[in-house]
Amino acid sequence: MARGRIRAKLRRSNLYTFACLRPTTQETEGPHQFQGPGYSRMVYCNQPHVHEKKPLRYRSNYISTTKYNIVTFLPKAIFEQFRRVANLYFLLAAILSLTPVAPFSAVSMIAPLAFVVGLSMAKEALEDWRRFMQDMKVNLRKTSVHKGDGVFGYRSWRKLRVGDIVKVEKDKFFPADILLLSSSYEDGICYVETMNLDGETNLKVKRALEATLAFDEDLSFKDFTATIRCEDPNPNLYTFVGNLEYDRQVYPLDPSQILLRDSKLRNTAYVYGVVIFTGHDSKVMQNATKSPSKRSKIEKQMDKIIYILFTLLVLISLISSIGFAIKVKYQLPNWWYLQAPDSQNFYNPLRPELSGTFHLVTALILYGYLIPISLYVSIEVVKVLQALFINKDINMYDEETGTPAQARTSNLNEELGQVDTILSDKTGTLTCNQMDFLKCSIAGTSYGKKASDVEVAAAKQMAMDLEGPDPELANVVTPKNHTTLPWETNGQELRASEIELEAVITSKDETDRKPAIKGFSFEDDHLMDGNWLKEPNTDFILLFFRILSLCHTAIPELNEETGTFTYEAESPDEGAFLVAAREFGFEFCKRTQSSVFVRERYPSFDKPVEREFKVLNLLDFTSKRKRMSVILRDENGHILLLCKGADSIIFDRLSKNGKMFIESTTKHLNEYGEVGLRTLALAYRKLDEAEYTAWNEEFCKAKTSIGGDREGMLERVSDMMERELILVGATAVEDKLQKGVPQCIDKLAQAGLKLWVLTGDKMETAINIGFACSLLRQGMKQICIAANADSLAQDPKKAVKDSISMQIANASQMIKLEKDPHAAFALIIDGKSLTYALEDDMKYQFLNLAVDCASVICCRVSPKQKALVTRLVKEGTGKTTLAIGDGANDVGMIQEADIGVGISGVEGMQAVMASDFSIAQFRFLERLLVIHGHWCYKRIAQMICYFFYKNIAFGLTLFYFEAFTGFSGQSVYDDWYMILFNVVLTSLPVISLGVFEQDVSSEVCLQFPALYQQGPKNLFFDWYRIFGWMGNGLYTSLIIFFLNVIIFYDQAFRAGGQTADMSAVGTTMFTCIIWAVNCQIALTMSHFTWIQHFLVWGSVVTWYVFLFIYGEMSPVFSGNAYKILVEALAPAPIYWSTTLIVTVACNLPYLTHIAFQRCFNPMDHHVIQEIKYYGKDVEDRHMWRRERSKARQKTKIGFTARVDARIRQLKGKLQKKYSTLGGRSTLASS
Amino acid sequence: MSSGEGSSQPSSKKSRQPKYSRFTQQELPACKPILTPGLVVTTFILVGVIFIPIGLLSLSASERVVEIVDRYDEDCIPSDQEKTAFIQSDKTNKTCVRSLTVPKKMQHPVYIYYQLDNFYQNHRRYVKSRSDKQLRNPENEDLTSPCEPEARIDNKPIVPCGLVAWSLFNDTYGFSVRGMNLSVNKKDIAWDSDKNYKFGSKVYPKNFQQGSLIGGGKLDEKIPLSEQEDLLVWMRTAALPSFRKLYGRIEQDLEANEKITVVIQNNYNAYAFGGKKKLVLSTTTWIGGKNNFLGLGYITIGGLCLFNATTFIVMYLIKPRPCGDPSYLSWNRNPPGN
Repeated sequence: MARGRIRAKLRRSNLYTFACLRPTTQETEGPHQFQGPGYSRMVYCNQPHVHEKKPLRYRSNYISTTKYNIVTFLPKAIFEQFRRVANLYFLLAAILSLTPVAPFSAVSMIAPLAFVVGLSMAKEALEDWRRFMQDMKVNLRKTSVHKGDGVFGYRSWRKLRVGDIVKVEKDKFFPADILLLSSSYEDGICYVETMNLDGETNLKVKRALEATLAFDEDLSFKDFTATIRCEDPNPNLYTFVGNLEYDRQVYPLDPSQILLRDSKLRNTAYVYGVVIFTGHDSKVMQNATKSPSKRSKIEKQMDKIIYILFTLLVLISLISSIGFAIKVKYQLPNWWYLQAPDSQNFYNPLRPELSGTFHLVTALILYGYLIPISLYVSIEVVKVLQALFINKDINMYDEETGTPAQARTSNLNEELGQVDTILSDKTGTLTCNQMDFLKCSIAGTSYGKKASDVEVAAAKQMAMDLEGPDPELANVVTPKNHTTLPWETNGQELRASEIELEAVITSKDETDRKPAIKGFSFEDDHLMDGNWLKEPNTDFILLFFRILSLCHTAIPELNEETGTFTYEAESPDEGAFLVAAREFGFEFCKRTQSSVFVRERYPSFDKPVEREFKVLNLLDFTSKRKRMSVILRDENGHILLLCKGADSIIFDRLSKNGKMFIESTTKHLNEYGEVGLRTLALAYRKLDEAEYTAWNEEFCKAKTSIGGDREGMLERVSDMMERELILVGATAVEDKLQKGVPQCIDKLAQAGLKLWVLTGDKMETAINIGFACSLLRQGMKQICIAANADSLAQDPKKAVKDSISMQIANASQMIKLEKDPHAAFALIIDGKSLTYALEDDMKYQFLNLAVDCASVICCRVSPKQKALVTRLVKEGTGKTTLAIGDGANDVGMIQEADIGVGISGVEGMQAVMASDFSIAQFRFLERLLVIHGHWCYKRIAQMICYFFYKNIAFGLTLFYFEAFTGFSGQSVYDDWYMILFNVVLTSLPVISLGVFEQDVSSEVCLQFPALYQQGPKNLFFDWYRIFGWMGNGLYTSLIIFFLNVIIFYDQAFRAGGQTADMSAVGTTMFTCIIWAVNCQIALTMSHFTWIQHFLVWGSVVTWYVFLFIYGEMSPVFSGNAYKILVEALAPAPIYWSTTLIVTVACNLPYLTHIAFQRCFNPMDHHVIQEIKYYGKDVEDRHMWRRERSKARQKTKIGFTARVDARIRQLKGKLQKKYSTLGGRSTLASS
Repeated sequence: MSSGEGSSQPSSKKSRQPKYSRFTQQELPACKPILTPGLVVTTFILVGVIFIPIGLLSLSASERVVEIVDRYDEDCIPSDQEKTAFIQSDKTNKTCVRSLTVPKKMQHPVYIYYQLDNFYQNHRRYVKSRSDKQLRNPENEDLTSPCEPEARIDNKPIVPCGLVAWSLFNDTYGFSVRGMNLSVNKKDIAWDSDKNYKFGSKVYPKNFQQGSLIGGGKLDEKIPLSEQEDLLVWMRTAALPSFRKLYGRIEQDLEANEKITVVIQNNYNAYAFGGKKKLVLSTTTWIGGKNNFLGLGYITIGGLCLFNATTFIVMYLIKPRPCGDPSYLSWNRNPPGN
């Protein structure tokens, strides 16, 4: 792992003033006193065999997230299948079809059901198999385990037992929850990255007990034994209570000794530990909730339609059976040719109620065609194919990680088209967790050239607007700005191209830059290559660089192969500073216990000099202090205090003469902050010997003090020193966003989607990212809700709650009173406040406020809160939510949301495994939603509507015919026609509709994000439309049946004088149905590839082919259909003319409807289709561009909104200028 | 992830990249027809223009058909007797003479039909009560299971079994014009497929109408089923409770105003279920018998289409919408904020 690297062995606790100092004795804290339930777990360290017997046998480290196993698959999956009402009905019908009451043969009922259920189950099995493979991948990971006699060997994770001693190496995941015994550092410290658990990016320090520090090599575990008594498995990530009994002494354990499964060891070569919780007992797995089976809104609505159809089915069955009973009672005795009653009471005039009951069963089966059995299976097939298109989309393939998008469950494709709110994780989703040093302000001068994207785009947009349709005019108006416009050089090109954000994507110009250095995107020749020596204020610049290279807690690692240093820093910012310092010529190269060595290219850039700085004290960073300082002595013996910290903190501590640059620096900081850069202010102070010595004494006293207030004391002492500072400058670090994130957010906002950011990070970071993603912008009113009630109140909890309630109420009031239509609000709330805000009595108040705000950022939220917020949004607004995240901490929210999207291609699979869709980059979300979601929604909606239409059209003809057969349950069609109707003759066209239909092409989808709103507004699957289709089905059935019956009433139907028998009428009627429904689907489609043509018209042809072949088969099979086409129907002109008139009559109302609707009340996609059809977009580019920009939803967030706001601001200024100018000119003229 | 997996990634990288094809990228060439006003009007007019002539043609074909319908069930029974008893009795004389007038010249062939009303040949119990296998092959004469309750008699199979055959229509008609007998051609009234394939030429009626209950007509046991065309016609069950079936043909022209005398053997019991019996003489054209509905239907639909076209044109003139006019986009129609 660490091949070719050299690392210094350090006692790291020396670097930490606050967190890692340990009182020398343990007397203050005794072992935990606990007994009884909840604390029963006993772990015999290094004696895993003890845990093989009850009662100490705990769960193995094998994890399984599958729904089924081999034994349970069949019963469970079958049970799942028959939970669908329709399937249950068909099962009943199939069973009943074995009895003589059935109107059809048993095979014709059982075969389709078996097919449908079998197919669905196969899909389930496949999906579960994939989950199993994922689990196995994790289970088969190897870790080093003590095998006895001090020998360690590799063993797969799943074979790990409680009590095992494991050795985990750097950058490896912990295989289970482990008690830290010792680490590669002498003082038993190790660093842990818990991004997978809580999304926090900075490393956490864990420390081993003093008592176990000695066990820091393999051999020492030969005879080690100890006992741990601790709490039972629970999902709480931040607590742990237990005692370690070792060497007849009891030591209390707390969370800082526990290494949790799925977190990762960082910056530490190796650690030893004892396995405490394995597998599903581990905290992260306890946190995992069963993945709920999700169903899309459309599917839920479809269930309601099925219920309606069931009602209809029961209704007509009742009518039919009552009619039958009446006929049986009053007329059947007269119908001598039926020889009633029969022996089985099916036709017994003496017991009509009994016969009627039997008939009810018959009718329920007969009219089963109303309920499309093939609907589920068709939808399943369609969804699998849609998912395939998602998986295969080359535009959602990430080159870097080599991962394509993946639809992990295909149930939710159409739900993608109806999303209203996106809840996003920050780290790893929006950002890459990489910091780039981008700009700095030194001694009042800002360095770093890159212009703000917003500025550029705003200026460009304004130029476009002014330019208008007449470039001449534009030139008259704009020349004033000409000299200052940065895009002037390539203005011509820009004018031709469009104001797309792509023009300002940073990545574009990255390509022509010199090879990118990780963590460093600074561009300014004034500072690079030693040029800074020519700048004014060289002293300050030197100091600035020194602060960067000295004020930190990182350690360097020499990569022997390349000769460069890499740095292991606690936070990525610090790493970025060190890289920046190195690039500027101040290479931090060595840290010893007391000194830091820096290779400085100063005073001459070409000859580096290694200088030693003695570190006297290190006052480290805590979230409360928001600053860190280092006190050191340079080679000349001067004592310096170098400090970096949050600007507000530093500014408060400046000395009077240290405020020289405060004004310009503040301005720069604001600029940086607005574009979402993370800023820190740097300052220094010179100390004289005496002053330092006095202070150091105090400090040492505080450091060695015993008791709980040690930290407080240290803080106070540190505070004394960090005063009278002199401001040097400020840094701006970019928390690097993933590629295309701002653009994607912009597009999503334009499509009318709301974006909430839920992050485990602290508020400042979250706000920075809010700016970087354009979720926040200048001029937006930020509503920060934080828990800050004074703890002195009698009931602190209540006080906090009241305060939060007040804040929410005030903010709501403020929004209500706001008059400016452009005003936008942003809600920022921290985790602690959220705890209260999510309580039942306040949550809707909170939700209402949040919904009124343009953007919502929740910071410091726990995984559970993420899930709770998601649930609140989902249930409170009743709209579709989508959660996107990458880590295990997002699993809850991913599972809770209507759609969960996982970011794949990064470490940790938990999020992906819990998700419904996985994509490699956040930016693919746009394509996933706006194109695939939009299409899938429309496809599925149209498909289901059509399905109901066709089955109603077909099923009702059976009912009408029944009325003409004395309600006897006879069908006019051959059994085979009926089987084929759903399975072959009409299923493929509808599948092609569901798979290939496109209302507009993918580019247009992207260009007109407003089209997406058709989904969330549910324009294509509302009840109006559904009933419309049902009405159409009813109409079609009436036309088909009655036209046929009247035309074939009693007279001869061909010149040969023959009259039509039942099979002739039935076959003609069926021909009409096939034509009518297939023409209907052709009218429904707006996109014909050869596949659609082939399947639609192929279905019609198939029908004739089938009829021909069926007719040619022996009459034993074909019965009355024998030679029906060749002999009876085809030669009869009336057969063909009936088909024609019925088909036209059936489709005429629909055609009229769509023709009139499109012409006089067109929907957006109609107009766009026409524009495209006539090539107007090419002819009139200006119009096309204008409409595209208008098609954006009016949003208050996103890049565009920000540009708009900026333009408003600029225009306002211009107007002022003009008016003053105008005023002057009038004065002049007068 | 462990380093082991990391190293395996590059190799799998290539294979995971989706291959480009127009199919998987959903970029297949497609025609995207659009209902432009021009197309709509053209379609409607075209349908109208095609349908109305078809309708007129059908109507004229139907008008050329000459049809004589004579209901005889009421008149052919003595009014003083109980109808069912009369018809069921062996002893009564069921001969009945009717006189028909030819309204217009009827060109040969003139088809003779009997029409039954309120007879549920499409009743499920009735339809199922037959054995196609038995009808086809003498070896299958024992396959009578679907034929209940007319399957067996004294445990001997009935051929042809089942209610359909058992209830065979058995009225007979004799025709004469001006005292001259008109010959009735009863050949080829059934479908060829029935004669040649469905009904076996070696299957002879057996034990037919031997039970205590006598249904309808009897069959000559010496003639194979395939040649019993009346049975074949009857066994093609009708779709509706009111139906005509071909009885025979008169192979000569009937002049207008000629009087035809029909001698009917009124055997069939339609009285029990209140059915009507009619004798029908009809000529045919290419659309078959008299069928005005089809022609009228075509004319109606065609007319509707023309009406639609007109309405569309009028509406379009009042409120024209140029195709692809962006002002109809929703964001232009209801500007946000209103």
